[in-house]
Amino acid sequence: MATPSLELKGASFTLSVLHIYSTDLDKFATELAAKVAQAPQFFVGAPLVVNLSAIESADLDIVAIRQVMQQHNLVLVGFTGANEALTRQIRTMGLAILKTGKAVVTPPPPHKETRILQQNIRSGQQIYAQNSDLIIFGNVGNGAEVIADGSIHIFGALRGKAMAGAKGNTQAVILARKLEAELVSVAGQYWLSENLAEHADSTSGCIRLDGDSLVFETLPL
Amino acid sequence: MAHIIVVTSGKGGVGKTTSSAAIATGLALKGHKTVVIDFDIGLRNLDLIMGCERRVVYDFVNVINGEANLNQALIKDKRCENLHILPASQTRDKDALTKEGVGKVLDDLADAGFEYIICDSPAGIETGAMMALYFADTAIVTTNPEVSSVRDSDRILGMLQSKSRRAEQNLEPIREYLLLTRYSPTRVKTGEMLSVGDVEEILAIKLLGVIPESQAVLKASNAGVPVILDKESDAGQAYEDTVSRLLGEELPLRFVTEEKKGFLKRIFGS
Ligand SMILES: Nc1ncnc2c1ncn2[C@@H]1O[C@H](COP(=O)(O)OP(=O)(O)OP(=O)(O)O)[C@@H](O)[C@H]1O
Ligand SMILES: [Mg+2]
Repeated sequence: MATPSLELKGASFTLSVLHIYSTDLDKFATELAAKVAQAPQFFVGAPLVVNLSAIESADLDIVAIRQVMQQHNLVLVGFTGANEALTRQIRTMGLAILKTGKAVVTPPPPHKETRILQQNIRSGQQIYAQNSDLIIFGNVGNGAEVIADGSIHIFGALRGKAMAGAKGNTQAVILARKLEAELVSVAGQYWLSENLAEHADSTSGCIRLDGDSLVFETLPL
Repeated sequence: MAHIIVVTSGKGGVGKTTSSAAIATGLALKGHKTVVIDFDIGLRNLDLIMGCERRVVYDFVNVINGEANLNQALIKDKRCENLHILPASQTRDKDALTKEGVGKVLDDLADAGFEYIICDSPAGIETGAMMALYFADTAIVTTNPEVSSVRDSDRILGMLQSKSRRAEQNLEPIREYLLLTRYSPTRVKTGEMLSVGDVEEILAIKLLGVIPESQAVLKASNAGVPVILDKESDAGQAYEDTVSRLLGEELPLRFVTEEKKGFLKRIFGS
């Protein structure tokens, strides 16, 4: 028997969904252009599903929407949540109507628990707490590096480098019982030891962002 | 069960070999069957300090490579019944040490009834140093009271926590001790050296002993006699205290404050 040239299998894909909240096409075009400009790499050739559940009127130009998206090299896979009138319009264009399984369309952002270390971090060691805060019960030695996407709490001396808000979280802070760091940084703004020495004289304290610059606050630790 | 102790430091020339020889001798003097192994392949220092360099026929690498058995390579100390030395090769390169090879020799030593196996580590963080610390149960982190030595010791402590057998197999971590060597209270007072307290605070591990800077050390190594056998000397006594603490005794520190010069010394100098 000859091997078949096709086969049907189920698979599920994660697709980005573009929600449209207004029938104003000019507004749609400018806002989409701005979104794409923010992260052009992400959007090149990206397959998208358009969600129309916020639109109650039958008066939306689906053809125009497809054109605007094509201008930005976005691939329109189909629509979801469209009202009856719009659904008819979509069908005649030969585009897919997708059903959202449950209310959850995008997976929730990863939430990680605070990383807690009961040890001294030694010269040459590097610790990275991804998507979470970092608590260290111990010292961070000269030549050691501790990095967190959230805040960093050190119940000991910070003599090495500490980088909080590594993915740009400007609300992150660095706390240490003894600040003698080689470098502290929050969301990319940093102080070297000499900058730090102008503020903290191996005292306990908190480093955080105030606008674009770092500030030091004493702590009653 | 044999207890494996590595004498390590990161930085070179801080007193690892001096300390290995003294501590091994001290343990043997207290009646424990002890062997001290030179991991410093290519340099070979331990046998000089132990005064047995003329008796080296086979070495550690010969045993690993199966060119000699343990009994042929082990040198029995002439002064001390319970003490043996496994010397390093002067000719081989460091890659002669493999995890399997070293592990096998340590197992065989344990089977032969040795209670303590002292590993004299080479400086640095290369193969030789890593092999010396890999199997350790206890680490004696030998440190001089100066910033670069303390920094290197911190680095080695990181390695003990991450690159050792106990770390890799998630066993109880290596017991870490600080041994502060070449300590000069006078130079601490003038601010040229870090104090015991400074070093303890930075490294945050248990202090095993403080060995003073001493003429006796050079004299002893020139004579090929471990300094712990010079019972009159300050360094010898400090090593004796260190060994006692290693065996669980609580002893106060000695030789950490400046010595008052006696009347005659004040007049004639020292
Ligand atoms: N307490 C001391 N007082 C005076 N001199 C000392 C003392 N301890 C060690 N020394 C001297 O320091 C030098 C280095 O000592 P040693 O060989 O024991 O160090 P090491 O750490 O084994 O060196 P390496 O890293 O090269 O193996 C030697 O000349 C030794 O005599
Ligand atoms: Mg040595």
